[in-house]
Amino acid sequence: MNTVIIDHALLLAAILFCIGLLGVLVRRNIILMLISMEVMLNATGLAFIAAGSYWGQADGQIMFIAVVTLGAAEVAVGLGLTLLLFKRYNSVDVDNLKQLRG
Amino acid sequence: MLNLLWLVPFFPFLGFVLLVSTSGKMPKPWTTMIGAGSIGLAALTTALIAYEFLSQDMTSFQLHLWTWMEAGNFAPGFSLYLDGLALSMLFVITGVGFLIHIYASGYMYDDEDFPRFFTYTNLFVAAMVMLVLADNLVLLFLGWEGVGLCSFLLIGFWYKDPANGLAARKAFVVTRVGDTAFAIGLFLLYKHVGTLDIQEAMIKAKLLWTEDNATASLICALLLGGAVGKSAQLPLQTWLPDAMAGPTPVSALIHAATMVTAGVYLIARNHELFLLSPDMMYAVAVVGVLTLLMSGFTALTQSDLKRVLAYSTISQIGYMFLALGVGAWSSAIFHLMTHAFFKALLFLTAGTIILSLHHEQNIFKMGGLVKRLPLPCILFFIGCLGLIAVPPTSGFWSKEQILNATWESSTGGPLIWLGAVLGAFMTALYTTRMFCIVFLGPSNGDVHEPKGFKFVAPLVVLAFLALVGGVFVETAWQLPLSNVFPGGHAPHPPTVIVVIAIATPFLGIAISYLFYGKRVFSAEKFANSALMKPLKTFFDSGWAMDWFYDLLLVKPYQWLAKINKKDCVNLLPDASSAAAKILHAALSMTQNGQLRLYVGVMGTAALFVIFVVVFL
Repeated sequence: MNTVIIDHALLLAAILFCIGLLGVLVRRNIILMLISMEVMLNATGLAFIAAGSYWGQADGQIMFIAVVTLGAAEVAVGLGLTLLLFKRYNSVDVDNLKQLRG
Repeated sequence: MLNLLWLVPFFPFLGFVLLVSTSGKMPKPWTTMIGAGSIGLAALTTALIAYEFLSQDMTSFQLHLWTWMEAGNFAPGFSLYLDGLALSMLFVITGVGFLIHIYASGYMYDDEDFPRFFTYTNLFVAAMVMLVLADNLVLLFLGWEGVGLCSFLLIGFWYKDPANGLAARKAFVVTRVGDTAFAIGLFLLYKHVGTLDIQEAMIKAKLLWTEDNATASLICALLLGGAVGKSAQLPLQTWLPDAMAGPTPVSALIHAATMVTAGVYLIARNHELFLLSPDMMYAVAVVGVLTLLMSGFTALTQSDLKRVLAYSTISQIGYMFLALGVGAWSSAIFHLMTHAFFKALLFLTAGTIILSLHHEQNIFKMGGLVKRLPLPCILFFIGCLGLIAVPPTSGFWSKEQILNATWESSTGGPLIWLGAVLGAFMTALYTTRMFCIVFLGPSNGDVHEPKGFKFVAPLVVLAFLALVGGVFVETAWQLPLSNVFPGGHAPHPPTVIVVIAIATPFLGIAISYLFYGKRVFSAEKFANSALMKPLKTFFDSGWAMDWFYDLLLVKPYQWLAKINKKDCVNLLPDASSAAAKILHAALSMTQNGQLRLYVGVMGTAALFVIFVVVFL
């Protein structure tokens, strides 16, 4: 019973992660990129929860809280950067940052 | 007391270290104290050592300081060897050197690089003393290269003018040709004799080789090559006139009184080797006589005061070589000494004149200085008398000895003697010409004579030595050379020969005075006549030697370098630079600022790493 759940959960996490990564790669809108990254973070969170439940230990949940905290911090920084980007270029297209050359 | 011999090179070296470590931050009076004082202390030590050495009637004294390097049987030491020859040289180097340093402390005082000047000259004196005191040829070579380095540094002292740097480089490269020959000579000597300790090598060489041995001649020829380069003799004399780019005290110290006579010292030091090879002795004499004739003719056409003096230096060293070649060893050293007196005097006085005329060196822009610069005029006159060898100035005694020895020697003879007398005639011609043009005739330009103790005292001492130094040595106090060189009877050529040799300079003075002093004949008209004009151009260019070397060596080398630009040696550096360019282009393509590309690359790389870790 447990094995079925862990397989499904991990598969779901992998799919979510790939969707998120694809979103980061193809989107030029920086807000949508941030959303995609949030999806990726939650995919890792799901993987931690699934693993924690599989081993019957609390570590997975602790890690999940850490990931959520990380996500919140990342969103704060990311939105700040988005604001600056918008102020400078009057758009949220991330390719504008090409000019930084590196 | 004699054990303190090491102090003689040590004081100048200490001065050098002090000056170089403070890198010109010291106040100027201190710099003078250290720069000139160190040479003064060395001179004082020399005097004390000489007193002890001579009063005890010693032949030689050896002081082993430490072993320099050791490889099998080859262990040259840092050892000093003092004998009459070295002592005579020490007198010239530290004594005349000290006077020139005092003068230089006045002459160079306003230069922004005043401390650097004394740094170099102190190192020079240390190296020159090392050269003279060296007990083996390796240590001698160290000093030899040291003085070459200092000569290079001091010729290019005012390095901001590219012409001075060029002159310095020329001097360095041309003397290097001689130094290479010298080094090969040393290798060859070591191979055959098995030691480079001078005294030991001479004894072994005499046992090993008989007269006219081919190997001995070859070694002598190579040593002569080194001497010729350092002493600016044919065919390597071209660097010395250009060396006048340096400050005038340097010209006096290095390019007249001391360093350029190192070649003379080298041959005198190894005279026992040269005695084994009469052919090479003859070659030395021929080199000397050709050089003194060539530079005599060239000096007659120059218009730069310092270049006239430079050519006269070459010519006087030619006399020393002639003396060495005819076996008149002590006469050569005697002439070296008197030459140091009057040539240092001439150069330093020329420095005063040049400074008075706001750095004007063209003699045709001088004129009439006799009234405006009376004291330098008198001093310069004394120097000229010494150079012409008018009795009883010091130059007369030494040159007289050389001419007499030339007549009687087996490696000399009447023909060589005739060349030397003609050279003496030329010397009188160009010296009188120089004096008349500079001091007589119409005045032009304003003068501003530098005054002070430092500008006068050294000149007066040198003038005194140039006047009576010769007669003093000739009559009262012999140079301590009798123990060093093989004795022989004093040459007594026929009276008529002696009279001719003494009278010729006076003839030269008279003719030259008619041309340039009284202007009975017009020198310009004579020089511009159809016959003389090409000759004048030829002499003026130093017998077209520079042109010849340019054509023979520089041009072909440049041509070869040009056509050989892409040879196989270049393949490796070229390939590495091409590889760097390609890699650089590829890597810079990845750095395009596309944030999404970076994410993609990072993702792919992470995937690859996971794949490797999990499945391999």
